[in-house]
Formats: sequence, C-alpha cells, structure tokens
Amino acid sequence: MIKIIDNKCDFCGTCVTVCPVDCIEVREASISIDHPICIDCDLCVEICPILVLETVDEV
Amino acid sequence: MKSSYDVVVVGGGPAGSMAAWEAAKGGASVCMLEKDRDIGYPVRCGEAASDLGLRQFVEPKDSWIAKKISGAVIVSPNESKVHVKFANETGYILNRRIFDYDLSRYAANAGAEVYTKAYVKELLKSEETVTGVVVDHLGEEKKISAKIIIGADGLTSRIGRWAGIKTQIRMKDMESCVQYSVSNIDVDPDNMIMYVGENFAPGGYLWVFPKGDKFANIGIGISGKHSKYKSAKAYLDEFMAREFPNAAILTTMCGGVPCAKPIKHPIKNGIMLVGDAAHQVNPMTGGGIVSGMKGGWLAGQVAADAIAKGDYSEKTLIAYPEKLRKDFGKNHERFYKIKEATAALTMDELNSIAENVLKIPFEKRTLASVFKAAVFKKPSLIIDVLKVLSGV
Repeated sequence: MIKIIDNKCDFCGTCVTVCPVDCIEVREASISIDHPICIDCDLCVEICPILVLETVDEV
Repeated sequence: MKSSYDVVVVGGGPAGSMAAWEAAKGGASVCMLEKDRDIGYPVRCGEAASDLGLRQFVEPKDSWIAKKISGAVIVSPNESKVHVKFANETGYILNRRIFDYDLSRYAANAGAEVYTKAYVKELLKSEETVTGVVVDHLGEEKKISAKIIIGADGLTSRIGRWAGIKTQIRMKDMESCVQYSVSNIDVDPDNMIMYVGENFAPGGYLWVFPKGDKFANIGIGISGKHSKYKSAKAYLDEFMAREFPNAAILTTMCGGVPCAKPIKHPIKNGIMLVGDAAHQVNPMTGGGIVSGMKGGWLAGQVAADAIAKGDYSEKTLIAYPEKLRKDFGKNHERFYKIKEATAALTMDELNSIAENVLKIPFEKRTLASVFKAAVFKKPSLIIDVLKVLSGV
C-alpha cells in the first residue's frame, strides 16, 4: 500500500492529477489516500517531486 | 455566504479571478471559493509572463513585477550558452503573491464575493446537471446552489472528474517540479536562463529566473516518464550544489505542470473548467498564467451570457471551448508537437543545435531560429515553429 511520509508533503496536488482512480485528497495542509479505492499503481509515488509517498507492504 | 449564486468559481488563482471578474461584470451574482487561507499564496510557479500577454486583460502594475526580462539564455547539455534577445517583447518575473491578490480584488470590486479557507468537497448534481457545491468553510459545511460552476481548482482539481470530465494526465505529459526562491547568488539580472538536456532535466528544463538583486527563482520540471528513476528535487539539489553552493534558500515549493494538450471539451451541463484544471498551459514552456487567464476570461463571459439567457446546458456553454479554440487552441496543438519533437532530442543533438545557433550573429538570433534548428529533422514542424513564434 501507499504510505505518506509524515511532515514531508507540501500539498501541491501533483499526485491528484495522475491518480487513475481519484483516491487522493489534498487540502490546504492535509493529504489523505482512500486506501480501499487505491489500486497501488504507484503513479503518485513516481510523480512526487520530493518523494513524499512510498510503497510499503500491507500490514 | 449565501446559499445560492448564479456562478460559483472554485479556486482563486488568476484563471478563477478572471472568470469571477468577467461573470460579475456581466451582471451575474458570483462567489469565488479558495481552499487556502490566502489568495496568491503559497506560490507554485516560476512566475514568468509576457507584457503583451497580460495586457490583453489588464494594465500591468509596477508592484506585480519583480524583474523585467529582455531575453533568454538557453544552456545546452555541454553548457554552451545561447543568448537570444526578445524581439518585440518584454518579459516579466512576477510577484504572484501580489499579482493574484490584485486580480481577486478586481473581481471583488466588480461585485464577486470571495471566501478563503473554503474547500469544495463535493458537487451537487441533479440527473446530468451540476447544480451546486458542498463547501467546507472554516470548518463549517454548507451547501451552495449555483446555475454554473467554474472549476479553476488547478492541479488538485477533482470537481471536473466528479462532473464526468476526463482530467487525468498521462505521466509523460505531467511535469514534476520543485523550485527554490534563492538569495545570495550571482545571477544575470536581465535574462531568464533555461538549462535543457537529460543531464539537467529529462523531459523538461531547469530554470533560473531573476527576481531582483542576487535573488532568483531556481526550479526544475522533469517529465513523469523520468521522475520514477530520480526525483525532481534530486536533480535540482545537484545543480544547486554545483552552481550555487552558498545560496540561501528562502522558499521551497513543489508542484506539477500539465504539459498536455488542453482538454477539448472542458464542459458539462452547468460546469466549465479553466486554467490548469483544463490543462490550459503552453506545453512547450510550461507557462500557464496568461493562457489560464484567457480561459477564465472567456468562461466568465460565456457564463454571464448563459445566465442572461437562462440556459446553462452544455449547448450554451459550448461557446466557451469554441472561443478557446479560435484563440489559442491551434497554437497549443503546435506547441505540443514541438514539445514532443524537442523532447526526443539526445544530448548530442542538443549540443550540435546550440553550436549551429551560435553561428547566427546575436542581432539576428531569435527564439524562432532556435526552435527551427531544434526541429530541423522534422521539416513539417518548421512551419509550426514559425507560426507560433513569429510574434516573439
């Protein structure tokens, strides 16, 4: 699954634009991923300019 | 905040403010909703715009302009520097913070209501028509009905998707960007500098845009096709360490730029998209201030007309993409083709183009000649280059 690294995000929303299933919400100072909808395609991980997102094994 | 308006504009950037301004001028009741606490901040932009571009809508104010620019220096992979003077054009590096704020004031002074910290979390729909929004304003949830919604919500745009407009961007057309506002550097005060080539910025470019004395926006955009191998920040940090090791980084910002073709049909019943949300960005340069303003300007006018007519269906709103296509549609298609052709160039090819262009005497060198050389292997594109750059 996709994990958001704490306190790293700048809330620019670049990930939102490439998400094929619209599962990322970015607000003024928050980011969240709707995990049940996420398909783990990793495009958000690949596009993030500052590597805020990472893929981790399901727990 | 009322519970009903003729037009609700989502997003308070230049495209949103132009839309709100034009719609209000045309007699509509307008409400503009910005998710952040300030209009114009945080800035996520290199802040370059041309004087002629801005003048289509407003008289540029001194307070908006951080630096006037008279030319560009394009740096090839082996660091040959091609200096090109702008022919009939003045460029600006803006203070978006002040610029955006003023545009929203123009909209407000024309009668538009403006709210910040107002996040649109849901679209209201009735059958196939968008009828309003659900907004979270300072923690309080409100329903606002509207005859027309204008989505100027930029990169984080989801309302287009919620309305059924395909806004997702292919990875290769999405630029992954980081920028630092930097002080204590020696920087050419008159020219914008652009570094091209895989070593600097694969599928994009790295820029140094002077903003004042020893002060510049230094940023990078790389294609989403390449960003999985190495991040935009990693490329930029390497450049900074090499070129400006003593720089003070006063601002760090990141973002993305859609360098795709504009969305052909950015409308549905009761909704129009403008600016970055509608991919109204010059895909060759990544510049989106003026083209986003144009989108907002046209959509605002079409919205006011539709309100006066009492018809908010796609059939009426289609006037907006039609006007858009007349205005810059074709040029954006050309810019996109040129972008595709130049993105395919190898570092050696870029170096030899720089070498050839440097043989042209400085007074005769134009941006068109640079791009003509860049697409030399695709003669069909040379006409496109001349057409889009003939004014530059």
